[in-house]
Amino acid sequence: MKILVPVKRVVDYNIKPRVKADGSGVETAGVKMSMNPFDEIAVEEAVRLREKGAASEVVVVSIGVQQAQDTLRTAMAMGADRAILVLTDESPEPLAVAKVLKTLVEKEGPSLVVLGKQAIDDDMNATGQMLAGLLGWGQGTFASKVDVVDGRVNVSREIDGGTEQVSLALPAIITADLRLNEPRYASLPNIMKAKKKPLETIPAADLGVDMAPRLTIVSVAEPAERKAGIKVGSAAELVEKLRNEAKVI
Amino acid sequence: MTALVLLDHEGGQIRKAALSAVTAAARLGDVHVLVTGDAALAQAASQIAGVSKVLHAADARYAHELAEPLAALLVSLAGSYDHIVAAAGATGKNVLPRAAALLDVQPIPDVVSIVDAQTFVRPIYAGNALATVRSSDAKKVLTVRSASFDAAPAEGGSAPIEAVAVVDSPDVSRFEAVQLSDSARPDLESARVVVSGGRGMGSEEKFHALDPLADALGAAVGASRAAVDSGFVPNELQVGQTGKIVAPELYMAFGISGAIQHLAGMKDSRVIVAVNKDPEAPIFQVADYGIVGDLFEVVPQLVEELKK
Repeated sequence: MKILVPVKRVVDYNIKPRVKADGSGVETAGVKMSMNPFDEIAVEEAVRLREKGAASEVVVVSIGVQQAQDTLRTAMAMGADRAILVLTDESPEPLAVAKVLKTLVEKEGPSLVVLGKQAIDDDMNATGQMLAGLLGWGQGTFASKVDVVDGRVNVSREIDGGTEQVSLALPAIITADLRLNEPRYASLPNIMKAKKKPLETIPAADLGVDMAPRLTIVSVAEPAERKAGIKVGSAAELVEKLRNEAKVI
Repeated sequence: MTALVLLDHEGGQIRKAALSAVTAAARLGDVHVLVTGDAALAQAASQIAGVSKVLHAADARYAHELAEPLAALLVSLAGSYDHIVAAAGATGKNVLPRAAALLDVQPIPDVVSIVDAQTFVRPIYAGNALATVRSSDAKKVLTVRSASFDAAPAEGGSAPIEAVAVVDSPDVSRFEAVQLSDSARPDLESARVVVSGGRGMGSEEKFHALDPLADALGAAVGASRAAVDSGFVPNELQVGQTGKIVAPELYMAFGISGAIQHLAGMKDSRVIVAVNKDPEAPIFQVADYGIVGDLFEVVPQLVEELKK
């Protein structure tokens, strides 16, 4: 069984994003970029499934600029077997990404596609669900536990008030939530080994997919800043302020 | 123009967040709602103020809001609607993008403000930026943040209920079980007061130090991602970019440093209180009132003061 894991290169989660002065977006030039943290969880889960013998190969794919190669090498250092870079200068929306991934799924024939539940840049939380829809596959989103058993995948899902279990026929889509696993750090020998693993580059235009955006960004703005308030000296003073000044209790 | 709202439910109740989605949809036009589950849920839906028609999908395959059948049903109904809307919760985020893909539409998640029928404001980068986007799709598929729209009154309406027929969909998923946390406390997303703990709570056992304070305030209990990661509390209590987005009247943060991704989930609260040992903790930069001190001393003192 083959597992496909799409990964996205995003502004590192430790960096505070800055809105560009012209309001056209968020500054990414000269900013530290890393693999989307949820995608690291997805890679880890796929590698663990292979290590357990539930899968034979883990293929990672990224859609983006040339530098997304670094993200793919990181995924291979974590244990993925090979990588595909779909090269584009655009920043495609989830609908376009799902369409590109569908063509790769049709070419590669994986039994499972494991994605991060959301990218921490656009916070869309949509690609996995959209790919599942386009393929007509089952979807186990926001997964906190994944078991492959007898041609099905059983998934525990994080829902608003607790946890839910669903059982999906394979092939299927999984999107990884926070508690699914703790991703490993790539060791130096594995980082070296990853440099020799195969990485195929496909120009996005060659896939014949309509990637035109459907959303126009009218503007991007900083949210209203909250001002720091005051420090109070005691619990008694706090309760007094909340009662008589803020009037919230 | 007419909008269709998917009303999600949990534990036999329509989720309060869905009532906020009704309010948002009413800004776009006439509001029809789709609800699954038993007749009591359809009845409850018909009483929501501002709803003019209830579509009830009573078939058992829809009861658990599985994405595969429900997205197919939404697609079959979509022809009559300009907008398809749901609360930005686990159900809306699971089902709507799938339906959008089948409609060849790019969904617009986490809407916090409606500019016009095509144009919406949504946070990106954990709320560090607000993007105003205009959709060129013929239909708009959106999820809305309940913290940004008041809940529609649960009573006062008397919409007619229309049964909707089953639609073919790939038979690839099966609901197995659900575990809902058994809590007498108010729902985190709609509570007036939220008492939250972070890594500073120290352990699962010590996290319960917040219980008497939550009891005294009638508050919901929340947590930072660090507290969830450390295994102190289950994930459904998580407030932040990847958890729940809350905007209560009063948010009290104990032992929470104030990471960007946590602030994304609570910075629109009306009044923020922070208690932390570290005077440099970033949470103090957004707090209206702060106490630098040991939360295990401050919390019991607060409980005492509240009794006075």
